[in-house]
Amino acid sequence: MNNKEPLIHITRRADIGWKKAWVIRGAAIITALIISAIAVTLATGLDPFSVYGKMFEGAFGSPRKMWILGKEIAFLLCVSLALTPAFKMKFWNLGGEGQILIGALVTSAIMIYVGESLPNGALIPLMFIAAAGAGAIWAGIPAFFKAKWNTNETLFTLMMNYVAIQLVAYYIIIWEVPKGSGKVGIINQDSLAGWMPDLAGQKYLFVILLVALMTIGIHVYLKYSKHGYELTVVGESRNTARYVGIKVDSVIIRTLLLSGGMCGIVGWMMVSSTDHTITTTLAGGRGFMGIMVSWLAQFNPVAMIFASLLLVFMQRGAAEISTAFQLNQSFGDIITGIILFFLIGSEFFINYRIHMRHKEKEGTENV
Amino acid sequence: MFDIATFLSRAVVQSIPLLLGCTGETISEKSGSLNLGIPGVMYVGGISGVIGAFLYEQSSGGNMNPVLAILIPMLACLIGSLLMGLLFSFLTITLRVNQNVTGLAMTTFGVGFGNFFGGSLIKLTGSDVPSIALSKTSHYFSKHLPFADDLGWVGKIFFSYGFLAYAAIAIAVITAFILKRTRTGLQIRAIGESPATADAAGINITKYKYLCVCIGCMIAGLGGLYYVMDYASGVWSNDAFGDRGWLAIALVIFTIWRPNIAIFASILFGGLYILYLFVPTGSNLAVKELYKMLPYIVTIIVLIITGMRNKRENQPPESLGLPYFREER
Amino acid sequence: MDQLAGPAGAGPCLFLTKGGLLLENKTAAVSMRGITKTFGSVVANNNVDLDIYKGEILSLLGENGSGKTTLMNMLSGIYFPDEGQILIDGKPVTISSPKEAFDFGIGMIHQHFKLVDVFTAVENIVLGLKEEGKLDLEKAAKRVQDICDNYGFDVDPKKKIYDMSVSEKQTVEIVKVLYRGADILILDEPTAVLTPQETDKLFAVLRNMKDDGKAVVIITHKLHEVEVLSDRVAVLRKGENIGQLITKETNAQEMTNMMVGREVTLNINRPEPLFSSPRIRIEGLNVKSDDGVMKLKDVSFTANAGEILGIAGISGCGQKELLEAIAGLQDVESGSITYISDDGSREELIGMDPQKIADKGVALSFVPEDRLGMGLVASMDLADNMMLRSFRSGKSMLTDRKAPRALAEQIVHDLEISTPDINTPVRKLSGGNVQKVLVGREIASAPTVLLSAYVVRGLDINSSYTIYDLLNQQKEKGVAVIFVGEDLDVLLELCDRILVLCDGRVSGIVDGPTADKHGVGMMMTSLGGDHMDGGEMHE
Repeated sequence: MNNKEPLIHITRRADIGWKKAWVIRGAAIITALIISAIAVTLATGLDPFSVYGKMFEGAFGSPRKMWILGKEIAFLLCVSLALTPAFKMKFWNLGGEGQILIGALVTSAIMIYVGESLPNGALIPLMFIAAAGAGAIWAGIPAFFKAKWNTNETLFTLMMNYVAIQLVAYYIIIWEVPKGSGKVGIINQDSLAGWMPDLAGQKYLFVILLVALMTIGIHVYLKYSKHGYELTVVGESRNTARYVGIKVDSVIIRTLLLSGGMCGIVGWMMVSSTDHTITTTLAGGRGFMGIMVSWLAQFNPVAMIFASLLLVFMQRGAAEISTAFQLNQSFGDIITGIILFFLIGSEFFINYRIHMRHKEKEGTENV
Repeated sequence: MFDIATFLSRAVVQSIPLLLGCTGETISEKSGSLNLGIPGVMYVGGISGVIGAFLYEQSSGGNMNPVLAILIPMLACLIGSLLMGLLFSFLTITLRVNQNVTGLAMTTFGVGFGNFFGGSLIKLTGSDVPSIALSKTSHYFSKHLPFADDLGWVGKIFFSYGFLAYAAIAIAVITAFILKRTRTGLQIRAIGESPATADAAGINITKYKYLCVCIGCMIAGLGGLYYVMDYASGVWSNDAFGDRGWLAIALVIFTIWRPNIAIFASILFGGLYILYLFVPTGSNLAVKELYKMLPYIVTIIVLIITGMRNKRENQPPESLGLPYFREER
Repeated sequence: MDQLAGPAGAGPCLFLTKGGLLLENKTAAVSMRGITKTFGSVVANNNVDLDIYKGEILSLLGENGSGKTTLMNMLSGIYFPDEGQILIDGKPVTISSPKEAFDFGIGMIHQHFKLVDVFTAVENIVLGLKEEGKLDLEKAAKRVQDICDNYGFDVDPKKKIYDMSVSEKQTVEIVKVLYRGADILILDEPTAVLTPQETDKLFAVLRNMKDDGKAVVIITHKLHEVEVLSDRVAVLRKGENIGQLITKETNAQEMTNMMVGREVTLNINRPEPLFSSPRIRIEGLNVKSDDGVMKLKDVSFTANAGEILGIAGISGCGQKELLEAIAGLQDVESGSITYISDDGSREELIGMDPQKIADKGVALSFVPEDRLGMGLVASMDLADNMMLRSFRSGKSMLTDRKAPRALAEQIVHDLEISTPDINTPVRKLSGGNVQKVLVGREIASAPTVLLSAYVVRGLDINSSYTIYDLLNQQKEKGVAVIFVGEDLDVLLELCDRILVLCDGRVSGIVDGPTADKHGVGMMMTSLGGDHMDGGEMHE
């Protein structure tokens, strides 16, 4: 052959076994960790091993830290689960943040206004239902416009986040204790009204179990239910869905009500079980992180557990080292970003194969 | 008393980062790349400029050369944004990964990057407040025409801005012209509409896509730089830039991919952004928070309306967000 | 002339013995030698040799999937060969991008037009050109006009592509290639979307180009086109060059046998209709598209049980809207669509969606034009695609997976679908197998009405005949089959009656066995010019 032939030739892979795919992803994570280590050393002059050691300690170092880790995984996993049905329908719900916040806002409102007059047995379920409803409405509005007029959902849901943030900011000023502090403070600190009770002496166990149940539920919903089948068809081709008589509009709205409702439940969990207060930054980027968890796991709820674990570990670990080595809190975002870039990039090697010029023959033979 | 001249000039100042972000994103989208990393890019652009300015202020020891004081932060900003552009291009164009996911990861990374280095610099200066002030550099960036003060309200509305504001408008006008009237613009639009067609016509898709994303990121990065150096008078504080990057992306749809329209649309948005400061609410601070919702609500309304109109020319580029692989079978 | 005695001289040698005279004063503009191209495990081209001469029209004949398009895509720079050598004017060259192909004077008109919809004709034509100076669309438009006048085209340079008919778009493609000064034109199945009249016009233009000294290659699987147009024909089968013939020294039967690799009969079966009771009656149907254009105007006809009713017409003149209106997928302005069951009871279908129609007990099956975009879900496997029609059955919230799997197994077996297993996503199957999956599923539900649009498009001869047989079986079972087709020869051979649409109106209904091709062609382009008008429409 002559020498003008392109040096690198890319072809789409027929199919790759899941084992090989996970080996590639594993390699990406390890490479990312090495790059991050180099970055850490360059930026701070610290020994990367002690940094990673500290991170490990920060995530798993004590039973308390383990419980916090579990709770954080539960939150992120729950958001990812919530976003997945919409995502699988090719509906970009970037509004997880707002849906969490609005669920949290409604939960707080109930705790503040009716907390004293209802027993916890009625109050907490009421908070749950209201939060789910609020989240569902927050996602349902963009879904309605998407279904009726094909309004760009990516930006619509994103803008709904900011509307929710401002709404929360408004109520924080109304509810602030003490006046002028700009904070709501711990709600019902004395009466514990609306506080989720401990389960087997553990504060977070209930939340973790609930999310475990939801994981199974979403798995079954997506894989085996009629609804799950319908939303997959709508996501792949709206025309095919219409052709077999699926009501596309109502599937879109229904799926987003579910998605938003679950995000609202996360807001409920955060206020009722852990924070007992509300701030504008309560969602903490989980709405966005959840999208990446869902995508990296290829919509597989079990794989999402591991993806959430990885990201939460990085964040908890990074928080630990930023206190230990007096780095900035945002350090975690940078490390998370680097890992994400490598994981995202590794998808290329799962979907495509590269042939080098002089290896062309071997390459085509072992496809 | 509602001071219209002050309001307008403040709105213009607010609009410049939006305009730069919007122009950059438009270039990128016209070539088929939906870059949701723009908010991150603007953070990186801003902090890179801050780092450049900081280093120069420290090393010059007070005798600053006006040209270098502007050039160094600007170059730092452009390089920072360019690197982000290259990252996005490599992942989405060469590796053909999903653009939305890549963009979101870039925003997470970019905001973290900005806040991390911002925080580190703040710690280095040992300041009491959580911000870093580069007032000397800012002085050069925000210098406006000397006669502006003598012209009353005309001067205030038209001549009271730093040079980057005028540059932003010039960039928007030039971009609009290139996209609409030149051979290069025709090729970029063809790639965004139908890369297979452009490819068959012998256009180097990869080259143009890289160029559009990278130039788009650099222009958007300048928006971050303008924000710190001119709008915020050289004061960097973490998270202060806020959500302007997202609004810039929304503006692209509002302006139906036309940077010349964006000049006015961004001023409108800038006005909405600061309206709460001008509305008399007395001691009721809570209501101000509701006024801050305005730009987002208007964006939503605009999205709904643009979704409803069906004219072919006003639709997004047809292959927006899709990777291109020539040998797809 | 060493390229003629090249490594694998079979092709050219055969040609030399048969047509030595022709060669005297002609030089090979392009020679391909030993070209091999694989996609994954599929060998698209295997050691192909081919010569293209100036001042000559070459037909590249072969069934679908025989590698014609792939071979030409390597000349136009879309694909790069794994092995082999391309020579232009006797010199070895590398073509690694469409741009380089242009530089060698090679221009290809693809089957799927490569045009930007929101651009004007002239914008599309100058796209990608490296001319000096600033962009001057006025000047370019004038040059376009000159080219059109020269070869006898008709195109408005300022018209937007999305406003154009298929034939106008094709003209733009050809002008685009000529504008670049191409000497070697490759056309990939250019007549698939044209009426007989438009085809004649195109052929006239191609002959003008040949006289102008250009080399023309036309990819086709239609034998009569080979016969009327080309000087020479090369036959590809399963990616290999089977041989090259001088057109006037061969005949349709010889070419078919070479193409298919065995003796085949070219007649389509047409059993006599057994029943003839009305099944679907359509009256005064008017349909408007989303952008407000009338797509169907006052359409009335009856489709009978036990017959195949053909629908002929230029593409995009209302066929899609007609079928979708019957299937409940299209909003209707006015008119009625009545379903008449065997016991004589009637059901008005307008206003119902597909689900409701099925609920009313109307067994309506539909094989849409866009198989992977509408009839099937490309990324789902065979079993899940079977479920599209049946997933609602049962009261449970969960889907029943067993029945669709059994159905998939059965269809794979009955229709001899070649697939690794029923867990394979349908997008990985070949076009013919995809169509068998779709038709198989639609027939499995024991329909009383079967709507089909371009059901053999892109299928090879064997698969096409399998599909014709299936349609005939349905007809014999008493199903009302509506067959929207594009190949008039097939329509005339297969259908009992043919309804001709022109610009959304019924321009006439003719009897299949007695209809004449040219007459139908006239009806496709003009209204009311036919003796059959009126009478039969209302019975």
